[in-house]
Amino acid sequence: MAGWFTRRRFFEATAAWSAFLASCKRQTPEDAENGPRRVGKPLRAYGERSEFEKAARALPTTKILEVGSSYTPLAETLGIVTPSALHYERLHSGVPTIDPAAHRLLIHGMVDRPLIFTMDDLRRLPSVSRIYFIECSGNSHLGYGRRDSPTVQLSHGLTSCSEWTGVRLGLLLSEAGVQKGAKWILAEGADACKMQRSIPIQKAMDDILVAYGQNGEAMRPEQGYPLRLVIPGWEGNANVKWLRRLKAVEQPYMTRDETSKYTDSMPDGTAREFTFVMEAKSVVTFPSGGQKLPGPGFFEITGLAWSGRGRIERVEISTDGGSAWQDADLSEPRLPMAFTRFRFGWKWDGREVTVQSRAIDESGYVQPSHEELVAVRGPNYEYHNNGIRVWKINVDGTVTDAAA
Amino acid sequence: MRPLRFAIALVSAALAAQSPKYGVGRTPTAEEMRAMDLSILPDGTGLPEGRGTVADGRDIYAVRCARCHGAKGEGGDEPKQSPLVGGQGTLKTPKPLKTIGSYWPYAPTIWDYVNRAMPLDRPGTLTHDQVYSLVAFLLRMNGVIGENDVLDAKTLPKIRMPNRDGFVPDARPDVEKPAKKTVAKTSGS
Repeated sequence: MAGWFTRRRFFEATAAWSAFLASCKRQTPEDAENGPRRVGKPLRAYGERSEFEKAARALPTTKILEVGSSYTPLAETLGIVTPSALHYERLHSGVPTIDPAAHRLLIHGMVDRPLIFTMDDLRRLPSVSRIYFIECSGNSHLGYGRRDSPTVQLSHGLTSCSEWTGVRLGLLLSEAGVQKGAKWILAEGADACKMQRSIPIQKAMDDILVAYGQNGEAMRPEQGYPLRLVIPGWEGNANVKWLRRLKAVEQPYMTRDETSKYTDSMPDGTAREFTFVMEAKSVVTFPSGGQKLPGPGFFEITGLAWSGRGRIERVEISTDGGSAWQDADLSEPRLPMAFTRFRFGWKWDGREVTVQSRAIDESGYVQPSHEELVAVRGPNYEYHNNGIRVWKINVDGTVTDAAA
Repeated sequence: MRPLRFAIALVSAALAAQSPKYGVGRTPTAEEMRAMDLSILPDGTGLPEGRGTVADGRDIYAVRCARCHGAKGEGGDEPKQSPLVGGQGTLKTPKPLKTIGSYWPYAPTIWDYVNRAMPLDRPGTLTHDQVYSLVAFLLRMNGVIGENDVLDAKTLPKIRMPNRDGFVPDARPDVEKPAKKTVAKTSGS
């Protein structure tokens, strides 16, 4: 925290902030201490959130909702774990209904022993739990050609972070005995379009999970129930959901989603392929687009940072248009390929100002500005946009996209 | 002999790595593997039997595809990014139009995707012949094959797509580190 940030000011600021939040919520007469008190609700088998909480994924305005994405309300999540019900969705052919008792995972191709696993089989094997972000490589893609994402939910909501539980893919592949010469794994989903992606064998043997658990329970249907790949730090599309088949192969299959989609157009007309790693990125979620500051005074700037290359080493904040940068506090735990929460105590003087963050990961990579990215990759580069997002706080307290 | 012992250790380690440690799971039958394994390489390996013509594809397209992709493959209102025809020569321009003809590097991938995922509302309902015919019609509309060309597992992989050489490896990190401008933490805002 900045030096001026004394304990007393903290309490003053916290009280002011709580009062602001409380003023937004409905008060009920039963709040009063006096008078008859109503007995509350009974026990229940599966919990629901408070009726006063309304955070929700944003759905596209298109008619067909079996294809496309819904966006995580990042500004309304706390800490580093995204509630499973708010984890962003990306569907290519709807969410299949899969009975786990009937689901099978086949491992075949260039292996000594083809194997088929039931869900019970997989749950018998040694498991690991890891907190990882997953980010669609199309996240923030509107930021390239068009700068019209009014909120952080729409500009950055195609990423979420969960604790995933499952079996290491490397363990399963070793059980099958991958043959010399197998360089890739072709992964296939059990959704209606049987989506396929090719994944290099090195990563497959390293840290990929064949996951069945998310945040302490079986994963949500829209996240791949009963089984999915979780590929730490790599673009979401490769994290094949409803996983039903893994084939060890010599070369990539050049499927539709690794050629015509998720490839990055460069100014010379070529396109980069197999751009798996999601590079370091951060975004301020408060204050962010669509919010309104009640007036001058103390606020805690907060947001999320993540990197496909490992841990977040630093997050810096600039409130002067990018001239001076100061370190934000990073909340623990600070895990590789997971969201890292940052916080920065700040006093708004009521004048128009911009707020932005930039992440630096343990590889030394520094999150670039939008302009720096476009200078190298050109305006047609659609995916993998990890440029800095700048929010403008207007004199009336409203927050808008500074580039809009 | 140290080198020999080292060599034995290496071989043992390699063998150990190749032995099943847990013995969980079972051996699939050949039929189980065959039923699940539709995987098509860009060189056409894995393409099934069947054949299709441009003329047949034109008829099937009108019934099964035109509603979303437009009568001539120009794309529809929704889904928005569904044009299938045109765009050759636009990839360097400010408004690149990515279609089968302008962007897709391999013809067998078109067969695989149409067979796998189309039509959007009923994937898996096209026969192999119908898929060959549709691919023929789409390639014809993009000027890649002739009106009388017939597609099958042998002829389809021989087609050279216009953007075959348009892809390059990942070159990231590619943005130079910005100049160090971080200031020391100050007291006060």
